[in-house]
Amino acid sequence: MDALNNGDTAWMLASTALVLLMTPGLALFYGGMVRSKSVLNMMMMSLGAMGLIGVLWVLYGYSMAFGNDVGSGLLGNPAENAGLQGLFVGTYTGDSPDYPLSGSIPALAFVGFQATFAIITVALISGAVADRMRFGPWLLFAGIWATIVYFPVAHWVFAFSSADGSVVGGWIANDLKAIDFAGGTAVHINAGVAALALAIVIGKRRGWPREAMRPHNLTLVMLGAGLLWFGWFGFNAGSALGANGTAAFALVNTIVATSAAMLAWLLVERIRDGKPTSLGAASGIVAGLVAITPACSSVSPLGGIAIGGITGALCALAVGLKYRFGYDDSLDVVGVHLVGGLAGTVLIGFFADPGSPAAVAGLFYGGGVDQLWRQVVGALAVLLYSGIVTAIIALLVKAAIGLRVTPEAEATGIDETEHAETGYDFSSLRGGGGLGTARPPVTRTPGQVPATAGKES
Amino acid sequence: MRLMTAIVKPFALGDVKAALERLGVLGMTVSEVQGYGRQKGHTEVYRGAEYAVDFVPKVKIEVLVDDEVVDKVIDAVVHATRTGKIGDGKVWTTPVETVVRVRTGERGSDAI
Repeated sequence: MDALNNGDTAWMLASTALVLLMTPGLALFYGGMVRSKSVLNMMMMSLGAMGLIGVLWVLYGYSMAFGNDVGSGLLGNPAENAGLQGLFVGTYTGDSPDYPLSGSIPALAFVGFQATFAIITVALISGAVADRMRFGPWLLFAGIWATIVYFPVAHWVFAFSSADGSVVGGWIANDLKAIDFAGGTAVHINAGVAALALAIVIGKRRGWPREAMRPHNLTLVMLGAGLLWFGWFGFNAGSALGANGTAAFALVNTIVATSAAMLAWLLVERIRDGKPTSLGAASGIVAGLVAITPACSSVSPLGGIAIGGITGALCALAVGLKYRFGYDDSLDVVGVHLVGGLAGTVLIGFFADPGSPAAVAGLFYGGGVDQLWRQVVGALAVLLYSGIVTAIIALLVKAAIGLRVTPEAEATGIDETEHAETGYDFSSLRGGGGLGTARPPVTRTPGQVPATAGKES
Repeated sequence: MRLMTAIVKPFALGDVKAALERLGVLGMTVSEVQGYGRQKGHTEVYRGAEYAVDFVPKVKIEVLVDDEVVDKVIDAVVHATRTGKIGDGKVWTTPVETVVRVRTGERGSDAI
């Protein structure tokens, strides 16, 4: 049993806050990309995930992911730590505090850190269903998806068996030994393929792709991309689970691979479209972050540049696939997260450097194809499980309560019909008012939400 | 009395205002509008997908003028906005029946 380490604990508490900030960052990134009439709904899908998944994680999610294995590395025991029981016993004060640890940090620090991963993975999916998915069905889908897709897959990938064999973890981490440092499979392939399945089940937006659906606020997108990169240091370097050399290694890769991916995306745009765009820069940042997520402890910084550059260019091309195949993955969750996650996970098999903290040699470092096939199997397993189960969940929710807003609501704008709000008031009329000229009494039409809603008492 | 309406490129607004001030025109109303003429719109590219933007941002300037100065005002506006390129805009006038200054109740030319 390790002893508590204050430095490790401090870094993990900070990392948790960093990763949590990624989800509001994602809300800005996605929100700026939709039309102004749906910006609030787009952001609310991310915030909704923060509400729902945060609660589910404590109730049973953590236990399903990190409880002792119930068979073949497929699932943690949901009852073991339900409500986080067993994780906060002991004494917290005095000269010799004694409470459950996870490695060198308090068990609850690990619980909190991993909660933020579950939240953002669910939120990532929402980019595929912009402008058209009712908020209630989104939450129902999100809760079921987290329960039977994310929590088990997190167990496969993130739950390591203890050295003494008293705790048994997931099959990808312990039996297959595929390298996924911070979630290329469990987070990005998982969310990316789920987004594809959900986008196909819910159907295209009205008018897509014939009608122009321009991003309404690219400055929000840039701000969101900046917050994502900032928070991603917690995501990747925090996954070292301590303030140590592995964390620093992962941090440098998180800088350099992301930089390379942005340059590569812009280069593709310059050659293909003539102009490097700000949306391309923001997208390249995210593609690079996705690619280096699984690889940041196993490739050298030069390998990180290679993985970032390859993935940035690949994703810049992959965002065009939806037009060829006719699925409305509105904000390119597939093109960026699925393709980027697959690229990052599989490229480890080529670029893994034995001098890195993971100490594994890939194909280009004389390791042969041993690591490569493990990476491919891990990626495909998550791809197939998540893709198939997500499609089933989406079809069930669709059959039970429907997924979409009405055509009228979609044309009017989902913000107004689902949330009774509008994102912006740029009216030069400044909301009216006046000096007291008599005017007729306000009549309320059925279904209208009063302006004083919530203020009655 | 005439209402002169000019729809011009947004960056020309400052030049038009300066030209009209030199003529002694004391007021103007400006609105941001969108539209297209012979130049049509332009295209923008987002993640490799081209979008045709049909309606181009323009500024609409409205000025009430007396009949005697209307030609000078038109010439000044045209001179201030012309670049010779497609999309410079249009200027026209329409007759105005009545003008009232709200504060004083003055009517007609006195209210301009």
